[in-house]
Amino acid sequence: MTQPRIVTTAPAIDSIVERIGNDVLGVHAADVDAKARFPEEAISAMRQHRLLSAYISASHGGMGVDFQSLCAITEKLGAYCASSAMIFAMHQIQVACLVHHAGNSSYEADLLRKITDRQLLLASATTEIGTGGDLGTSVCAAEVSADGRRVRIDKMAPVISYGSQADAIMVTARSHPEATGNDQVHVLVEKKDVSLDPISTWDSLGFRGTCSLGFHLIADVPREHIQPVPFSQILSQTMQPVAHLLWGSLWLGLAQDAASIARRAVRASARKAEVPPTTQLRLAELDEALFKMRSTLHDAIIRYQNIVTTKSWQKTTAFSFGIAMNNIKLVCSEAVVDIVGKALMITGVNGYRNDHESALGRHLRDAYGAMLMVNNDRIRSHNAAMQLAQR
Amino acid sequence: MQNRADLVECIRQTLAECGQLAVEVNSLNDTDDLYDAGLTSLNTVNLMLAVEDFFDCEFPEEMLARETFQSIQAIAEAVRVITA
Repeated sequence: MTQPRIVTTAPAIDSIVERIGNDVLGVHAADVDAKARFPEEAISAMRQHRLLSAYISASHGGMGVDFQSLCAITEKLGAYCASSAMIFAMHQIQVACLVHHAGNSSYEADLLRKITDRQLLLASATTEIGTGGDLGTSVCAAEVSADGRRVRIDKMAPVISYGSQADAIMVTARSHPEATGNDQVHVLVEKKDVSLDPISTWDSLGFRGTCSLGFHLIADVPREHIQPVPFSQILSQTMQPVAHLLWGSLWLGLAQDAASIARRAVRASARKAEVPPTTQLRLAELDEALFKMRSTLHDAIIRYQNIVTTKSWQKTTAFSFGIAMNNIKLVCSEAVVDIVGKALMITGVNGYRNDHESALGRHLRDAYGAMLMVNNDRIRSHNAAMQLAQR
Repeated sequence: MQNRADLVECIRQTLAECGQLAVEVNSLNDTDDLYDAGLTSLNTVNLMLAVEDFFDCEFPEEMLARETFQSIQAIAEAVRVITA
């Protein structure tokens, strides 16, 4: 008996996600992983079923699902192919930045409509060489042209996941050439307005399908592509909480799938054994760890959903909120490694093999990415300093 | 308690000592955004501790948020409220 899903989506969306997961993501996951290639089939299926605009309101042509449901979709996808689910999550983080912080311009309304109509895939270029992984600081600046109509950005980005495959990239930059490092804006750059020159390759242990290469990005875009609020506000109200909660959801899906593989193995041996196998006790322990991860994440998702629903954004600027959202990332990224490791101990050598139905190699390699791809030590150091600003 | 001008001057001094801003504190207006002037969240913690020491007060939980330290005026207002 598996634990109930923490949140549910509309049955129709639920079944679409399950079907895509079974028929597409799950089918190609091994090949995507083996070749470290973009999961073209998975993203096409998401486009076909209009999942890329799931979080955009119905008035702009989207599905208008709420944040909790978006987390539930991400979790389901995470159980089939963590790379595809990560791309889905990263795209939705950018969509949420647009949805939560859209002004009243016709450009922004048209943009949301365009994302739904064309099922555009959005990527992100936040980190930059020279800032030590700090999203809240930029070196590059938005340089406005002489006629004031266009903006140029020249950025050395150590990572732009699926940058080559995305239809648009959201880029952070200082708001003008004289601005301080943390006076930033968030700018939408469409493929036709950008040159991307790869500066690294992506042959990683896990999340191989995210194609997280580095690029030298040079963009020249209309000035209205600058989001109308400071990036610091977008970061604290949306990007940080949404990223950590969506990532947590996909890691939960990954952990859940590893648990299911372990559970099948335990069932099979329980049928043959006369006394309950030792692995049954191990499975109970695994289930506790999964229960803890799920409950912690669920609690935080509800907390953020309430903020979104009531638009009480001022709650996100409390230092304690930032610490809590970082805690979610820390707790969930370490829990997923623990749970997949426990599943491997249960399946034994069959899980260790790549040529067995209990294979857990990909799960284990993907799981480690959770604490490394955005380094836990950096987040924890930040939380350590912020402890003094909590009562 | 000092008058408002003194209070603001004390905050400016504290800010100059531990805010590590990218610009001179003297060049800022009381309402300018300190985060735009280079205040980081980590320096906010140092600033908070220094303000607490200077005014012998403690910010309550509900004030421990970014907007409390957004500008010289915001800090002065917070200090005024908790030392009242």
